Amino acid sequence: MADLTTTFLGITSPNPFWLASAPPTDKEYNVRRAFEAGWGGVVWKTIGEDGPPIVNVNGPRYGVVYGADRRVLGLNNIELITDRPLEVNLEEMARVKADYPDRALIASIMVPCEEEAWKRILPRVAETGVDGIELNFGCPHGMSERGMGAAVGQVPEYIEMVTRWCKQNYDKPVIVKLTPNITDIRYPARAAKNGGADAVSLINTVSSITSVNLDTMSPEPSIDGKGSHGGYCGPAVKPIALNMVADIARDPETAGLPISGIGGVTTWRDAAEYMSLGAGNVQVCTAAMTYGFRIVEEMKRGLSQWMDEKGYTSTADFIGRAVPNVTDWQYLNLNYVAKAKIDQDACIKCGRCYAACEDTSHQAISMSPDRVFEVIDAECVACNLCVDVCPVEDCITMVPMTPGEVDPRTGKTVEADYANWTTHPNNPAAQAAE
Amino acid sequence: MPDPMTQGIAAGRLDATQIARNFDDLHAPLASHEAAVAADRCYFCYDAPCVTACPTAIDIPLFIRQIQVGQPEAAAVTIFEQNILGGMCARVCPTETLCEEACVREAAEGKPVEIGRLQRYATDTLMARQGHPFVRAEPTGKTVAVVGAGPAGLACAHRLAMKGHDVTIFEAKGKPGGLNEYGIAAYKTVDDFAGREVDWLMGIGGITIETGQALGEGLSLDALRADHDAVFLAVGLGGVNALGVEGEARDGVEDAVGFIADLRQARDLRDLPVGRNVVVIGGGMTAIDAALQSRLLGAETVTIAYRRGRDRMPASRYEQDLAASKGVRLMFNVMPVAVHGNGSVAEIELEYTAERNGSLTGTGETLRLPADQVFKAIGQVLTTDGGLELACGKIAVTGAGRTSADGVWAGGDCASGGDDLTVTAVAEGRDAAEDIHGALIG
Repeated sequence: MADLTTTFLGITSPNPFWLASAPPTDKEYNVRRAFEAGWGGVVWKTIGEDGPPIVNVNGPRYGVVYGADRRVLGLNNIELITDRPLEVNLEEMARVKADYPDRALIASIMVPCEEEAWKRILPRVAETGVDGIELNFGCPHGMSERGMGAAVGQVPEYIEMVTRWCKQNYDKPVIVKLTPNITDIRYPARAAKNGGADAVSLINTVSSITSVNLDTMSPEPSIDGKGSHGGYCGPAVKPIALNMVADIARDPETAGLPISGIGGVTTWRDAAEYMSLGAGNVQVCTAAMTYGFRIVEEMKRGLSQWMDEKGYTSTADFIGRAVPNVTDWQYLNLNYVAKAKIDQDACIKCGRCYAACEDTSHQAISMSPDRVFEVIDAECVACNLCVDVCPVEDCITMVPMTPGEVDPRTGKTVEADYANWTTHPNNPAAQAAE
Repeated sequence: MPDPMTQGIAAGRLDATQIARNFDDLHAPLASHEAAVAADRCYFCYDAPCVTACPTAIDIPLFIRQIQVGQPEAAAVTIFEQNILGGMCARVCPTETLCEEACVREAAEGKPVEIGRLQRYATDTLMARQGHPFVRAEPTGKTVAVVGAGPAGLACAHRLAMKGHDVTIFEAKGKPGGLNEYGIAAYKTVDDFAGREVDWLMGIGGITIETGQALGEGLSLDALRADHDAVFLAVGLGGVNALGVEGEARDGVEDAVGFIADLRQARDLRDLPVGRNVVVIGGGMTAIDAALQSRLLGAETVTIAYRRGRDRMPASRYEQDLAASKGVRLMFNVMPVAVHGNGSVAEIELEYTAERNGSLTGTGETLRLPADQVFKAIGQVLTTDGGLELACGKIAVTGAGRTSADGVWAGGDCASGGDDLTVTAVAEGRDAAEDIHGALIG
């Protein structure tokens, strides 16, 4: 079994699966259970300033989006940062870290955008002996309306400023947690780097309304007939997060900046994907909230088996491996030509490929009276929609054409050479450059 | 005291608890979450094979999607638009040879979408929560006589009434429903569903049912034609084929359809006598229903004797397996040659058969089975034809049930063409109604 030991910012944990700062990590009791279950690290539920404890709603905090059989695809929450006294949290962190020296323990912090506030809390966090801190610049609800969380994360200058204060007043790693509720994730990431951050973690939750109760006309979760936007997470947000992780990983200005990947990590495969796009480890929340801490076992075993199959002996072997393959559209090879191919033996004749292609795409699939579905190469643009809607795995595949063959759709010979939009004759910019 | 070992034909072989358990709903209704999970398996196929396989062409992918999105009542309307007896069909259709056999998931994994149970979930929900879902059109002043209140007659009457015509149904028996009421295994239609379904169907208005009115017995086709703008005949098949063997007249040799009708109408199934050793001759659904229910009533041994091989048996493999699972013995390639006994039947003598060049012949080898009750289930015949032209022993029809007489349509088991299934009868009644409507309104 491949060794999953992962070192992130010099912090070594027995595996790359950390629990994200969230409800599951709010108390010593939960965190001990998590470590006993085998999690490699924990980012403690965000702590705030000393003083009167945070107040949460006393009604539902979570909304949900279901797939088939009530499978949780997305959760949203309106819970705030920890509502327990600061001192209690700090004492618990110290005890847990002392008892689990081999695990990563990170303190997540959110205090007002005043240097004094950070100066007050950082030494107290340092005293606990935790391995580092994560700056919560992400939560989109409640705290952001008080000028914290996403309100900071949406202003790169604030990110840089606060990060710098932290680096000046704390000597262990500083991770900046980013909000996805912005237009271009590279700007806050650059700001974090410029402020001296050791890493960024992303994404925090996405501003969302999960559903509307059509009887009461209230958004869910509903508190006495009213709802407010919450933070969306779970498998549904993973594609958004993967793109943001890749954006940062391949941005020249932030290249090399360590990333902790967050957003819908539910299986070992999700983790492997995040890490292949440059994340040094992953943080998990919704999967644990849905299935309990025990799911980490599948993640560990799965990642290890996959690494064995691929011949990777360390997570470092595959971290970032997919980053060079993420590019801009304009650099995609326009000489690559593929055609859909339907395996007639595997086909169960549902006709979904036909409906999708005929109604919404390129009329490139024919249907015979006895329900044989075949691709019309002269119409197929290889859009992949038929593959995506086919209920049978590998029944429809995209088969690349060989250079020298003639594409019956365009009448052109498939060329072996790579050629992209930047040099395409239809590109006005390309012509202008001549 | 109940005693399964009582010799001969006797009532009360099983106690009330066992009887109740035996005749409980064959398939429990789906709960709403079960329905959601089952519905989610539907692929919403293009030009779906299940719809093609349904004699009433219900838009199955649409109604299943409506269940998926939490609107079983709307799903039921989709069903009832095509098949007003969709509730009964959900219970009695041989889905394993119709929609579910055609389901692509049957091809893919041998496990079709549970279309029948989903249809029942939708129709039960609507029938429990709402009244009648359709509104009758303005009265047209036209009158139509429907003879027979079985599935074909009811479906025809409903469609005609919906279009504003006044319909009188003449039914020979004491209750409407036809085979839904007097045929079909009890465990497929528990809690008087057949009766409740007719009451619900009548909610459309414009339909009158006159029971005790049989064609040829006080009711003449000519008089009906004279008094109405159109006539629809759905009289079913009133006769039962004879075995034509020695000893057939002995006590204990009975028609399976009569036994099933008695069973369906019994107030208390413990009062219904059944043999200790029962032999059913035949291979269709009637044979299965008679045999299986004999077992459920407490018969010690029940044998179905079918003259051809299993592959030729009209009852589906699913029904065969169901019967076998309840302890019914299925014998193939045997035909009755004599009924023995002293007054009452005591034994039945069977001869093995072989099929040579398409014809069935006895091999000469015989066996005897103890039998104190023998049920004949070798097909039913038309007994009332109203003087119309016939085809293969049934009322000849063309198009949507047009007979040889002007203004007279026919459908269901009494008419030529189509399988003798509830769902086929519904389709024929519905289509005849549309044709009648077209003829009356022009």
